[in-house]
Amino acid sequence: MERGMTRIALFAALIAALGLIPSLTLAFGVPITAQSMGVMLAGAILGAKRGALAVLLFMVLVALGLPLLAGGRGGLGAFVAPTSGFFLGWPVAAFVIGLIVERLRSGPLAVTVALASIIGGILVMYGFGIVGMSIALDKTLAECAVLVTAFVPGDIVKAVLTGLIAQALARSRPAALLSRQ
Amino acid sequence: MISLTSPIRTWAHRVPAGFKLLALSVLTVLLFRLDLTGLVLAALGVACLYLSGGLAFAAQGALHLRMLWPFLLLIALWHGVTGQIQAGAAIALRLLAALALANFVTMTSRLTDMIAVLTWLLAPLRRLGLSTRAVELAIAMVLRFTPMLVENGQRLAMSWRARSRRRPNWRIVMPMAALALDDADHVAEALRARGGILPDIHRRD
Repeated sequence: MERGMTRIALFAALIAALGLIPSLTLAFGVPITAQSMGVMLAGAILGAKRGALAVLLFMVLVALGLPLLAGGRGGLGAFVAPTSGFFLGWPVAAFVIGLIVERLRSGPLAVTVALASIIGGILVMYGFGIVGMSIALDKTLAECAVLVTAFVPGDIVKAVLTGLIAQALARSRPAALLSRQ
Repeated sequence: MISLTSPIRTWAHRVPAGFKLLALSVLTVLLFRLDLTGLVLAALGVACLYLSGGLAFAAQGALHLRMLWPFLLLIALWHGVTGQIQAGAAIALRLLAALALANFVTMTSRLTDMIAVLTWLLAPLRRLGLSTRAVELAIAMVLRFTPMLVENGQRLAMSWRARSRRRPNWRIVMPMAALALDDADHVAEALRARGGILPDIHRRD
């Protein structure tokens, strides 16, 4: 009970911390914010239920008025911006990623997590994001889908990196991988 | 941790947070029902709301709207090309008014007031016999641990720089997560040693 709860809380704090540290650079010098990697990791490491709870807890703190989103944004405005669909899709993304990692037990963890992150962190999350954008900007779903495609390659890179990080984490802390227990 | 509440005190700081949240929900839904004339009036109303807190407060509020500029530019280009200027203006005004209203509530509500509203919202769960202590404790823990994890990240970045000429990259996320998981286990043990988060009657394990 305590362990599950503290891991949920610490992962919510990790998502916040990853948004607050300056953007990291990829091997070829492209800056990325690590916050969405935190969401993917929450699902991959904590599993579907706890991963989604960690993300929901993070969202509650943003709603309460804390500037925890990358770039120091936060507050209730985070729920009504054109990009809020992506934000609202986070817990679902973490849940789907966790579910896939829990179910797909064969194969190397890095590949499974990367695949799960592409399905949950890109397909599912962009689904939410595109619907949100289409409501806010009053454009069709297809038009909004075209607008966000520019961000897909970057997110595929993040999904692959999340896979590598999850595998390294599972090696150094085997007991921490709740999604596979 | 610093919240987004404005240090400039306005009359709205004294309005109960629960009421402001309810009004925000109703007004945001209404914004989607208005036509262009209604939206112009709504946007003017929101601007007056900010100005009622003084110029400095309004300027602070305007700064929070910066994130919208790529979208406003996009709408201007899109509707400029298609010629549907009125529709574009309506969308832009709605975006601005909705975000400004939400920010207004955040800027005029203290963190403690917002937590009080959350506790009130969770009350039905308590009446059903579920403990909401875990939620309240978890919120406190995130507030306490986020600056610590940021510090961990900065320390890891420093030791990276001491060993490498290249800038810290994504690899730093792994030790950050590992340290967070270690902290989680230590805190869990400490909580358990002090009687756990739930009274004994609720314990299952």
